[in-house]
Amino acid sequence: MKHTLVALMQDHPGVLNRVSSLFRRRGFNIESLSVGHTETPGISRMTIVIDSTDTSVEQVSKQLYRLIEVLKVSDVTADPNVSRELVMLKVHAPASRRAEISSLADVFEAKIVDVAHDSLMLELTAGPDKVDNFVELVRPFGIREMVRTGRVAMVRGSNTHSAESYVRSA
Amino acid sequence: MSETRSGAQIMCEALIREGVEVMFGYPGGAIMPFYHALPEYPALHHVLVRHEQAAGHAAEGYARASGKVGVCVATSGPGATNLVTAIADAMMDSVPMVAITGQVAAQFIGKDAFQETDVTGITQPITKHNYLVTDVNDIAYVMKEAFHIARSGRPGPVLVDIAKNAIVARTTPQWPDKVNLPGYKPNYEGNRRQIREAIKLINDAKKPLILAGRGIQLSGAFAELRELAERTGIPVITTLHGIGAFPENHPLALGMPGMHGWVHNNRAIQECDLLLNLGSRFDDRVTGKTSSFAPNAKIVHVDIDPSEIGKNIRVDVPIVGDVQNVLRAMLEELPARDATEWVRHIHAIRDQHIQKQQYNRPDTDMFMPHDVFAAFTRIVNERGPYRVCTDVGQHQMWAAQLIDWIHPHSHITSGGLGTMGFALPAAMGAQFAQPGETVWAIAGDGGIQMNIQELATIVQEQLPIKIAIINNGYLGMVRQWQELFHDRRYSATPMWSPDFVKVADAYGIPGMRVTHQSQVEDAINAAYETPGPMLLEFQVEREANVFPMVAPGASISDMITETPALTTV
Ligand SMILES: Cc1ncc(C[n+]2csc(CCOP(=O)(O)OP(=O)(O)O)c2C)c(N)n1
Ligand SMILES: [Mg+2]
Repeated sequence: MKHTLVALMQDHPGVLNRVSSLFRRRGFNIESLSVGHTETPGISRMTIVIDSTDTSVEQVSKQLYRLIEVLKVSDVTADPNVSRELVMLKVHAPASRRAEISSLADVFEAKIVDVAHDSLMLELTAGPDKVDNFVELVRPFGIREMVRTGRVAMVRGSNTHSAESYVRSA
Repeated sequence: MSETRSGAQIMCEALIREGVEVMFGYPGGAIMPFYHALPEYPALHHVLVRHEQAAGHAAEGYARASGKVGVCVATSGPGATNLVTAIADAMMDSVPMVAITGQVAAQFIGKDAFQETDVTGITQPITKHNYLVTDVNDIAYVMKEAFHIARSGRPGPVLVDIAKNAIVARTTPQWPDKVNLPGYKPNYEGNRRQIREAIKLINDAKKPLILAGRGIQLSGAFAELRELAERTGIPVITTLHGIGAFPENHPLALGMPGMHGWVHNNRAIQECDLLLNLGSRFDDRVTGKTSSFAPNAKIVHVDIDPSEIGKNIRVDVPIVGDVQNVLRAMLEELPARDATEWVRHIHAIRDQHIQKQQYNRPDTDMFMPHDVFAAFTRIVNERGPYRVCTDVGQHQMWAAQLIDWIHPHSHITSGGLGTMGFALPAAMGAQFAQPGETVWAIAGDGGIQMNIQELATIVQEQLPIKIAIINNGYLGMVRQWQELFHDRRYSATPMWSPDFVKVADAYGIPGMRVTHQSQVEDAINAAYETPGPMLLEFQVEREANVFPMVAPGASISDMITETPALTTV
């Protein structure tokens, strides 16, 4: 089963390396990892997706806590949450096929962000399944280039995983 | 106080503020400004080792014998990489240590400058935490954090890599009175509910067993462990690093389990219905094949490091906390009980199997290594306070098995990493920590040669260390595995050695060679009666084996107790 972990950490130099090196060293298999700023300066947020059939979610979380910079690790899998990935695709698009591609993009609410004489660049932000479907449907047109981000997630409702409370504890 | 200081001076003052009295190190380009400042601080004694690895192990020996943080210092590049083995060793054995390394100046970092290595990168998986400091203003608080992290929670090594520009630059130091580490909050108090759960299991168990590890020593829970055992009658098994946690002359003491543990202990683990693991990490040398470990037992695991719980062995009642606090809380509510029948049963197994020095003793007058350890246990326990640092190999296992270990922290060895070359430098650190005690370094003919250069340090520092070399002419432990599991093909294990007594003599250390069992006691007594250091070489039977033994990867139910007869020619 896929688990989504959200980790907050101080964004010191080298902290991403500590996390990735920890995963390598412990043999943890990571499906996706993305990291970025939070609402609080100095604190980064990482969304980690792991498959619990080959990697112990509990060990991932406990080993992360051993890193001095890691403030909080939460498994949000069971909480109702919004998960998003972003994909950009450069698709082979001669004039004859443009209409078809653009209506497919419409159905998925993907954007056409660049037009060249025989290609289109598409952008879609959506849940992981929807992104998968979209990529599969676009594939027959000829994907020339694709880039996809890792997943980010946020739990629904007014409870927060805010970083604020960790900034000043001393 | 508003006077400016160089980074080097701030480093020295920080060390003094942290209570450091001695450090072990070796100078070089990047760290030279630190060494320049050092003579201004006579409170800091610096021991010049002969190889940085020894500085690391000496810091470990100091920490292991004192409970305080050990400090080692090296320059950038090769100096720092020479520390790596000792840092890894400290990490595996939870030894509080701060390693300080010089780094090339900030503007050269990343340029493959002379003697530049990515030391924080290299040591990242083998430190509890590490720092790269490039600004003199960061030195004061980083040093404070480093010592705090090294000694608190589950102790471990912290490396502070300081760029030369920061060591040279001047500033007015801002000494923080507290550390600000929002992500680091070790949990010292065990959860009450879980502790009550454990108490219930203790009351209900028919065959309860205590497995005591290094956590007992690190938290100082000696009296609590003893009270627990005596109130409940539960017998106590001590791991290699649990040696000293519970006196082996106590009627409830059972000795060591695992790969070279006693048969009765492994049997007891397999039969018990409750295993109380107090501060041991279920190392594979203890558990053997994990799927068949303690199959009938409910398992309570007390550890200050939550990541150890459930890592190797399933646990029924996890308790995260300092084992001394947990035991104190437990003892507040724990009623007395009795386990006499069960202990009698284990003792019956023990009596069936040949015990201690009789073990594997052939019917000849060969001079067996066992004779040396039998003499050690007699003499050492009579002669007053002592620390014994062992190296890695057969002699290490014989020492663990055959000496009657009574005192906390008296047994110092490299367990998790199994680092040959550990004993001699560790003994130097232990002697600094306990100047009034007799410190022994016991090593094999192989391991002693891995850091034999430290004899010079011992002489320069006038350390009265007693050195025993168990010379069997082989890398004995590897030879034993070759004998048992690799068709007796002694590939790269026979070992020529120099005349160790002459080597000692060259360093100005008195030495004595022992070639017969009848000379053993006299030699050990001579070491006690000779002031200063002394080296004893015991030329023992070459192919003696350590038994009993669990084959690597096998279940601890399957113990080999003697060398199988040769089946082929
Ligand atoms: C640095 C290092 N290299 C290799 C080993 C593998 N090893 C484990 S025990 C051993 C033999 C040790 O021989 P010796 O020091 O003579 O001790 P003995 O086993 O004969 O008592 C070796 C090579 C090790 N533990 N550490
Ligand atoms: Mg040997």
